Amino acid sequence: MSLLTNLKPFARRLDPRRGSDQAFTSVEPGGPAVRAGWGEEPPPRKGFFTDTSICIGCKACEVACKEWNGVPQDGIFELLGSSYDNTGALGASTWRHVEFIEQRKPLGGQTTGVTIGVPETAVGAGVQLPDSGAGSFGATASSFGSVGSFDTIPGPVSGPDHSGIDLFGSLKPEPVRQPEPVKAGTPMVDLGMPSFDLPSASPDAGERTEFRWLMASNVCKHCTNAGCLDVCPTGALFRTEFGTVVVQDDVCNGCGYCVAGCPFGVIDRRIGDKNQPKDAIANKNAGIAQKCTLCYDRLGEGLTPACAQACPTQSIQFGDVDELRERANVRLADLQAAGVAGAQLYAEDPDGGVGGAGAFFLLLDEPEVYGFPPDPIVTTADLPRMWKNAGFAALGLAAAVTTAFVGGRR
Amino acid sequence: MSPGESGDPHEDNQIGQQDPGSKAANPERHDGERPRDGAIRAVPGTEGQASASATTRRTGGGGRGTRGPGRKGGGRRRKGRAEELMVPDATFTSYYGRQVVKPTPWESDIPFYLFAGGLAGGSSLLGMGADLTGRPHLRRNARITATVALSASMLALVHDLGRPTKFYNMLRVFKPTSPMSVGTWVLTAYAPGNVVAGASEVARLLDVQRFLPTRLKFLSGLLDWAARPGGIEAALLAPAVASYTAVLLTDTSTPAWHEAHRELPFVFVGSAAAASGGLGMVTAPLAETGPARMLAVIGATVELVVEHQMEKSMGFTAGALHEGTPGKLMRASKILTAVGGASALLLGRRHRAFAVASGLALVAGSVCTRFGVFEAGQESARDPKYTVVPQRERLNARRAAEAAGQDPGATPTSVRPGPPADDLQTTSPTAEHTTQENTA
Repeated sequence: MSLLTNLKPFARRLDPRRGSDQAFTSVEPGGPAVRAGWGEEPPPRKGFFTDTSICIGCKACEVACKEWNGVPQDGIFELLGSSYDNTGALGASTWRHVEFIEQRKPLGGQTTGVTIGVPETAVGAGVQLPDSGAGSFGATASSFGSVGSFDTIPGPVSGPDHSGIDLFGSLKPEPVRQPEPVKAGTPMVDLGMPSFDLPSASPDAGERTEFRWLMASNVCKHCTNAGCLDVCPTGALFRTEFGTVVVQDDVCNGCGYCVAGCPFGVIDRRIGDKNQPKDAIANKNAGIAQKCTLCYDRLGEGLTPACAQACPTQSIQFGDVDELRERANVRLADLQAAGVAGAQLYAEDPDGGVGGAGAFFLLLDEPEVYGFPPDPIVTTADLPRMWKNAGFAALGLAAAVTTAFVGGRR
Repeated sequence: MSPGESGDPHEDNQIGQQDPGSKAANPERHDGERPRDGAIRAVPGTEGQASASATTRRTGGGGRGTRGPGRKGGGRRRKGRAEELMVPDATFTSYYGRQVVKPTPWESDIPFYLFAGGLAGGSSLLGMGADLTGRPHLRRNARITATVALSASMLALVHDLGRPTKFYNMLRVFKPTSPMSVGTWVLTAYAPGNVVAGASEVARLLDVQRFLPTRLKFLSGLLDWAARPGGIEAALLAPAVASYTAVLLTDTSTPAWHEAHRELPFVFVGSAAAASGGLGMVTAPLAETGPARMLAVIGATVELVVEHQMEKSMGFTAGALHEGTPGKLMRASKILTAVGGASALLLGRRHRAFAVASGLALVAGSVCTRFGVFEAGQESARDPKYTVVPQRERLNARRAAEAAGQDPGATPTSVRPGPPADDLQTTSPTAEHTTQENTA
């Protein structure tokens, strides 16, 4: 047994996919935590699967992240003029960032497919939004698993029975209101909520135009081969037992090397606010590198990271990376079967340039549309070659000086 | 969307991009940047929506707006243009024109350090050579130069940190994957010998021995005795000091730095040799500057030749070396280095004035090289096209290869970002670059 375990690292070195220049980067069976020395059996690798196809751009993740992690305000209140995105980018004080892209493109095979105020079991009799293609709901919702099921909303609850109350009833457009309440005998109660017509319900709504929103919640990718971690000269960045990458703010001295090391532009050095007192929240950890920790403190307690916990559509799914990968592939297949053009997984491939990220994405368009690099690589993969070149250059300098003194004696 | 459609600008049109209001909000972006982009253009309007701060940063140089039409004048410029034309007409999409990778938070401390580190390294070597070949003035001045340059560069390094009081945390680990960690240890090993050698020269210059109490006079003698071993120890590490800074820059995701990783070490040691040789010519009397002159000429030649090679092998990203402030700095560097090198070779030993003038030109050229390369990297990180266009080409080439039958079963729409770096050499359109390593 011990012989076997001793041989394991050797076997890994024989992996044909790894050339000699890949010494610093690899995809290994045990995952990044094993490689980082957490023993042979660390906890399962944790990560995010961000399914942007069901993101509604509510920014609950941004807010939850700031609240839980005590992340100070990012800049002054400025309107960037980029749709509903006034955050701009990930940075030292933005660990989750919701992007808004407005496109002249059809929705593809997507439908809202939402039934309002009706139990799942009564879908046939339920109210379909006027423009939604009936029938496709089943195809897309089945892949959601627990994500897309709305049957829990009016389900049986203990205490007073509100099952007959249609909270969303007031939202319904008048013409399509069902004559029969869902449960016979229980009258609908109008709670007096403000009501409005659905966009397509008004008579002058006109033709449906080619238009779609893309919304995506960006986050640190927690790469298998993390550039930031590789180049950190202080050891402030480290690999956790969950396979994630975290900055230790008491060790980091703010050299800023990780900022350039990250191929995704995630991490940054916090600037702070000179107008605030030094101990103000705005100056918390000023001058050192900060980024998403995948809520390392919550993970240790068995909790879900704040952003995933707050996400109302489960667009941000947290879990074991292996399982998330399966889920992502099922979801991708479903979307492609449903005719959603451009659906693709991003940063998920273990053979990819960063060895597969701990946080990966389902995108509905090419990565650069979302401001992601189309083909990121961890630059440390080239490092042995770079050291070699630098060595030759150093020898060249020594040779030049020797020549100058031996040959240039005048 | 199938990969083939990705390049079609109409397909990629985004509503907000055509909003005239947002263009009006950033007029300088369009006036200043659009014409210059030449063959590479963003999908209509995406760039127009860059955030105000990003726009200001990017267009900040002021003079950049005038570049477009004036491009054809001057031999060196024409070269730059020809290279850009080799790049196929490409469009790229970006998220409101925002940067993809982040520029480092480093400021002028770091390019200054790059220069001072190179100067220190080259001067240590000159100092040792002068010591061993009996050139007292050259030895003294080179040793003092090395010590001053090293001290200044160390101060710049610490000053550049976000938390300067925690600089010592660099010394808690040694990480071969981190060029900055390696560099810190190299500098730490290099400094003592360097300082001993420099201090002995300063002590002799100030005639410290006279002021020391008799009991402590042995200290001065000890210092003198230690100067040579110290100088040799420093000189042994000096080449590493001069060359590791190139790895420091190239092991990043900053496009213009990383793409230069094959040649940059040679450019940097050339620049270090030119600067230290040049300063040797300035400070030492004519009779002793032979080796300094020769080192300067070798360094200038290597720098110019390899820099030219580097621009060719960088492909699209080389554009960052030609435009704006970095473009000016790189042109100045080439002119100063060429003029300085030529005059050092031809006139350097005729008269002290020529030696001083050409030496100063070489030093200034080295400064311009360091700042130019540094700023080019920062600029390439701020402009998303330098990140997106080469990566998109790489990805499309790989998809095309997959579609051509290498792996027909692969789903074409699933992004498989990046193979192991070794595979890149066979599939990437820039493959010829990667095979050119060490040609210099």
